[in-house]
Amino acid sequence: MVLEVAVFRIDAGSDVPIYRQLVQQVRRDVMLGRLRPGDQLPSVKEVVDALSVNPNTVVKAFSELEHQGMIVRRQGVGTFLAAAPPLASLAVAPKLLAPLARWVERARQDGLSAEQIRMLLEVALDEPAAGQDDRPAAGGAA
Amino acid sequence: MSAALRCAGLGHRYGRRLWGLRDCDLDVPAGRVVALVGPNGSGKTTLMSMAAGLLPVTEGTVEAAGGAPARRLDRIGFVAQDAPLWLRLRVADVLDIGRCMNRGFDAVMAAERVRRLGIRPRARISALSGGERAQVALTLVLAKRPELFLLDEPMANLDPLARREFLGSMFEACQETGSTVLYSSHAVTELERVCDYLIVLRAGRVRLAGDIDELRSRHRVIRGPDGWPAGGGWQVISQHTMAGQTTALVRCDDARRPGPGLQDAAPAFDELVLGYLDGDTATLPEEAAA
Repeated sequence: MVLEVAVFRIDAGSDVPIYRQLVQQVRRDVMLGRLRPGDQLPSVKEVVDALSVNPNTVVKAFSELEHQGMIVRRQGVGTFLAAAPPLASLAVAPKLLAPLARWVERARQDGLSAEQIRMLLEVALDEPAAGQDDRPAAGGAA
Repeated sequence: MSAALRCAGLGHRYGRRLWGLRDCDLDVPAGRVVALVGPNGSGKTTLMSMAAGLLPVTEGTVEAAGGAPARRLDRIGFVAQDAPLWLRLRVADVLDIGRCMNRGFDAVMAAERVRRLGIRPRARISALSGGERAQVALTLVLAKRPELFLLDEPMANLDPLARREFLGSMFEACQETGSTVLYSSHAVTELERVCDYLIVLRAGRVRLAGDIDELRSRHRVIRGPDGWPAGGGWQVISQHTMAGQTTALVRCDDARRPGPGLQDAAPAFDELVLGYLDGDTATLPEEAAA
């Protein structure tokens, strides 16, 4: 299966550098099972043409993925997802995703923006004890 | 890797007193796409003109495409601001001049590119729109297949589709021949996609130069109560205070993290650039980043 270039998209102006966005998109798709071992990735040129992005940036993303053991490059053939990528697709992902989706829905109903929701997730990840000794919140986002 | 552009103590003085550029030290590796950013009058065009061999060096040295610019003219492709062309010539004549004056000029590619863009070869330059003129100038420079492109605001007159088309051609040249591009623009948000190396000029001096991802990893945007950076030993590049909160772009080469009560984030590309354009000149580091 040849992957559509559309799997890559760039969020310009993000605090995440573009090459890292591309790396994260491949890793995310592997985790969710959208990309499977042996799948072919688009060529550097295809990504450059589709996104109008500097080829050095795409090469850097692919090198990083190769370094991580996520992809293999076969000379003259193309770039493929590794047979055994270090980040396997997660069987439990769908089970965990459902309650998370419900939680996100609740946060949206409380008026939180996507950015605020991401921040909450980051706080929960970085500070496991967060929220336990806080004063009761005065409600949703102002 | 060899340097595509190397400057040491480079300066140019206009008249007796006005330095267009001074103390410029740069070492741009080959194969990079370099964003050259700075306010009007900061020295962008002065630097490009010296690298193109069009402006004499007052002090210091410059090497472009591996040697003195005057000896490397066939490897340097320069498009000046607003793409100046002889207005009375026809498009085909301009391409013909390009072929006669440049070794290895790809006349087939030039003719094909102009045709694809819907520009009539018989048309006079004076009858073309600003965008079409820019495309003719860019076609000339692409067909020359230079090692070093010097492009002074090349996309200023192009519509979004023409921009994408031109970027595609430029990136192709980078991939096929490993060309280096020095690219000046005021459209900061656009540069993040286009470039991987950054040079910020201000008041004729280099304020920042280096690999963009590396520069981003060496800076933080930190927000906290009014005046938090005072006395903290932070190397503050720029700061502003709004509604009792001070946000500052700081340089931190170590893994130092701010204390409690401060929010800390990686800078977006435009935050990094605007921070250096905006900051108080006196507090800016004088040395260019490695």
